[in-house]
Amino acid sequence: MQENILKIQNLTKIYHDKSSETLAISNLNIDVRDKEILAIVGPSGCGKSTLLGILTGIIPKSSGKIIFNGRKKIGYMLQTDCLMPWRTILENALIGLEINKKKTKENIKKVNDLLDKYGLHDFKNKYPNSLSGGMRQRVALIRTLATNPDILLLDEPYSALDYQTRLALSDDLYKIIKDEGKTAIMITHDIAEAVSMASRVIVLTKRPCQIKNVYEIKFENSALPTENRKAKEFNHYYDMIWRDLDVHL
Amino acid sequence: MSTYSKEHKDFLKKLKRKKYLVTLTQFSIILLLFLIWELLSRFNIINTFLFSSPSSIIKTILNLMITNNFLNHIFITLKEILISCILSFGIGFLIASLFWSNDFLAKVFDPYLTILNSLPKVALGPLIIIWVGASINSIIVMSLTISLFITIINLYTFFSNTNSNYIILLKSMHATKFQIYKKIILKANLKNIINTIKVNVSMNLIGVIMGELLVSKMGLGYLIMYGSQVFNINLVITSVFVLAIISSILYYIINYFEKKI
Repeated sequence: MQENILKIQNLTKIYHDKSSETLAISNLNIDVRDKEILAIVGPSGCGKSTLLGILTGIIPKSSGKIIFNGRKKIGYMLQTDCLMPWRTILENALIGLEINKKKTKENIKKVNDLLDKYGLHDFKNKYPNSLSGGMRQRVALIRTLATNPDILLLDEPYSALDYQTRLALSDDLYKIIKDEGKTAIMITHDIAEAVSMASRVIVLTKRPCQIKNVYEIKFENSALPTENRKAKEFNHYYDMIWRDLDVHL
Repeated sequence: MSTYSKEHKDFLKKLKRKKYLVTLTQFSIILLLFLIWELLSRFNIINTFLFSSPSSIIKTILNLMITNNFLNHIFITLKEILISCILSFGIGFLIASLFWSNDFLAKVFDPYLTILNSLPKVALGPLIIIWVGASINSIIVMSLTISLFITIINLYTFFSNTNSNYIILLKSMHATKFQIYKKIILKANLKNIINTIKVNVSMNLIGVIMGELLVSKMGLGYLIMYGSQVFNINLVITSVFVLAIISSILYYIINYFEKKI
C-alpha cells in the first residue's frame, strides 16, 4: 500500500452571497497517494475547481481539514496557460522562483535543463505569442515544475486546446509527471482523458460535491495514455463512469 | 530580410505605399484648407479682421517673436503643462494604486470621485484664485482639478480589470500583494497606462489654458484672453494655432514612446 501524501477530511465549502448560500462541497473525504495520478471527474459546476482552489489556498474552506504528509509544496496549473506576453519563455518559467525568492543559479539551471529536455531550447528567449498552443501549455507545465512542487494540481489542463494537440499532450504530461516523480490531482470533464491517464478516478456527484464512486484503473499492459485508449479495459471503465455521471440534457 | 519571397516584398511595398498615401492625404487636406482660407481672405470674400488669414498668422508669429517674446509665452504654457502633468499623473497613479490595494478605500471614495470628476471645474475658478492666489500655482491647481480625478478613475479601472488568471496563478505561488502589483498589474497595464498619460496630457492642456484665461500675466491662454479683449483676432487665432501645434507635438512624443515599448 502506498503512503498517503495528502488527506482531505470532511471538507465543506459554502459560498455566501447577499440573497443565498450555496453548498458547493459537502463532507468530502479523499486520500491522495504518493506518486499517483488521481483524476476527478464530475458534472460541470459541481465544485471541482473549488476543490482545487481550496487545496492551493486561494479559496478559504468553510470547515474540514486538509492534512499534508510533511511540508508538501503545491504546483497549480490553470485551464489557460497564463503565460505573460511581456515575459520571454524563460522568464515565464522562472516566475515561481522569483516570487518565492529562490532564483538561484542552481535553480535557473534546473529550469533551463527542463526547457532543453522538453524541446523548448530554441524558444527560451522568444515571447509566448510565437509559440503554438501545445508548446505554451508545455511551458506552463515547466513553470509549474520549476518550484519543485510535490503535488501538481491540474485544473482541466489543455481544455482550451484542440483535440489532436490534447491527445499528444496527454502523453507528454503523463511522461513528465512520471519522469519527475510527482503526484498529480487532475480535474477534468473528459472521461477518456481521466481513464487513459489516471491510476485512480474519483467520480463526484452534482452540487453539493460528494464522492459517487472511486475506480482503480488497471490496464493489463499499462502504457502511455494514447495506447491505453486502445486497450480493451478502456471502454469498460469509460462506460461505468459515463453511467455514474448520468448525463441528461 | 533578403530571404523574403518576391510576393512578400510586393506586399510590403504595397503596405508602405498605403501608409505614405495616408500621410500625403492628411497633409494635402490641411494645405488645401489653408490655401482656401488664404484665397478667401485675399479676394476679400471673408473679413480678415474677423477671420484672419494664414499669411497674417505667420506675420503675427514673426512679429510676436521680435517684439513680445512669443517664445517666452509658449515656454510658460509648456512649463505649466509639464508641471501639472507630472503632478496629476504622479498623484493619480499613487491614489489608484492605493485603491487597488485597498478595496475598502476604493469603495468609500468612489462616489466622491464621481462627483468631483463631473463637477464643472470652471465653477471652482474664482475660489481657486482666492485660495491659492493669482499666480502660476492657481493655474496648476485649476489644471489638477480637471485632470486628476479622471486619471485616478481610469487607472483604477484598468488595475482592477487585470486578467484575474495571472493573479490566481501568482496567488497559488503565495505571492505578496506587492509582488502581484509589481509583476502583474503594472506590466499587464503598460499600454493602458500610456493611454492614460495621453488622456492626462490633453486634460492638462485644457486645464492650463483655462487657468491662464482666468488668471495670468503670461502664456498662450493669456495671449488669447488679451487678444479678445483688445479685439485683436489675429493674436487669438495665432495663439490657438500654436496651441494646436503644441498639442500635436505632445501627442507624437507620447506615441513615439508607446511604439518603443
